[in-house]
Amino acid sequence: MLLGRQSWLFDNSPRIIAAAAVGGPFESKCQIAEDFDQFTSDLWMEQDSFEKAEVKLLELACAKALEKAGLKNDDINFLLSGDLDNQITSSSFAARGLHIPYLGIFSACSTSMESLALASKIVDNNGANYVMAATASHNAAAEKQFRYPTEYGAQKPPTAQWTVTGAGAVILGKQGNGPRIISATIGKVVDMGISDPFNMGAAMAPAAVDTIETHLNELNVEPDYYDLIATGDLGFTGYSIVQDLFRKKGICLKKNLYVDCGTIIYGKDPKVFSGASGCACSAIVTYGHFLNRMRRGELKRILVAATGALLSPMSYQQKESIPGIAHAVSIEYIQ
Amino acid sequence: MAKKKQATPMQKDYQIRAKKLEPKRKVGINILRAFISGGSICALAQLLQIFFINVFHFDESKAGNPATAVIIFLAALLTGLGRYDQIAQWAGAGTAVPITGFANSIASAAIEHRSEGFVLGVGGNMFKIAGPVIVFGTFAAFVVAIIKLVFQALGG
Repeated sequence: MLLGRQSWLFDNSPRIIAAAAVGGPFESKCQIAEDFDQFTSDLWMEQDSFEKAEVKLLELACAKALEKAGLKNDDINFLLSGDLDNQITSSSFAARGLHIPYLGIFSACSTSMESLALASKIVDNNGANYVMAATASHNAAAEKQFRYPTEYGAQKPPTAQWTVTGAGAVILGKQGNGPRIISATIGKVVDMGISDPFNMGAAMAPAAVDTIETHLNELNVEPDYYDLIATGDLGFTGYSIVQDLFRKKGICLKKNLYVDCGTIIYGKDPKVFSGASGCACSAIVTYGHFLNRMRRGELKRILVAATGALLSPMSYQQKESIPGIAHAVSIEYIQ
Repeated sequence: MAKKKQATPMQKDYQIRAKKLEPKRKVGINILRAFISGGSICALAQLLQIFFINVFHFDESKAGNPATAVIIFLAALLTGLGRYDQIAQWAGAGTAVPITGFANSIASAAIEHRSEGFVLGVGGNMFKIAGPVIVFGTFAAFVVAIIKLVFQALGG
């Protein structure tokens, strides 16, 4: 059911049958390491390029989700996947091996929630029995494409972020006792004229605020309705900007209600500067960390607004500013 | 930096708000670190030069070449071992300005694009970062040489 202009309330509330989070070697030492299903021992994953390693990550996450769900590839009607590589090759190449009918999507780092929202809509409308939504990012592949060679010695500013090496996958179905997808809000592209690719948090923060505010209005709920409201990968800089914007708008958020996935993974590790980023950031934190907390009964209702910076390496060389976007999905688990 | 596009008042307001919340680069510390690390690299090169003069009997003008070669080799080696970028994050301009930065930019791009093959990958990309330095360095030298010639012609 459409609520307002851009929110869906899912009448049949699709269930999360299984979810999986996979990480690289650096992630195996992170703060939420126990919420991962699997780690790879190195960045190459026995492949001869970083791009192939990213494909491997996505395959591992999908295989793990299928295994946990007790389903076979043939049982899944559709796979919705996207990533940061040019022409989303990681997703397409992973789909090549999975033999699941595939819809490739791109929404930068908000791909996790875009794919989850679309997958929910398909299942909710009886368009499928099972849909898998997945996304991946690879630190070195992202550095290579968007910034400098990984071994290049350029000093990064404190607003820079660390792309997560990992992948997250989730399988949705009509029945089951798992967490339920309640609603989703599709975000608008918001551009506040930030053009520094080392300051993505500031570029994406206004989009996150816009989507969360719209979601609360269209669903007609107070922020307190949720036990947790999370943004995707704003890092510490973007996190404090979002708090400032909410204060300015007079939206009161209780202490500890609002978190950012980019600050959760590695915490204040100086190696990651402002925090984590990448498609896998919100996917891993949601499908691993948050779902585990829901299963433990610590959280009942959460809203995840995954944030994306819709730039390309060419667009910022041409001095274009960085448009931001955020898609929000709410998940409920009442045992 | 190219001049920014006309920002709307709302964008300007946001940019000011956001700027206040962004952590700043520690310029003072960065300058100090650049001085220490850049100075150390140059001191090491100086020692190498003295070494080549005294041990291998180079004359003073020619001893700079093998000394530079050793520094370049060390920078490329550290790049290959995956240490150079970590040192550079601490040292900043200290490792970027000397010849080590130039060596690192070529070696890192060459390593990075090995996966696309030797011709299109390594060959096509190794000057990706160093290329502009060579282009504008050569052009600047050309302009300076013309200025010098003009002055000489005028009897300077």
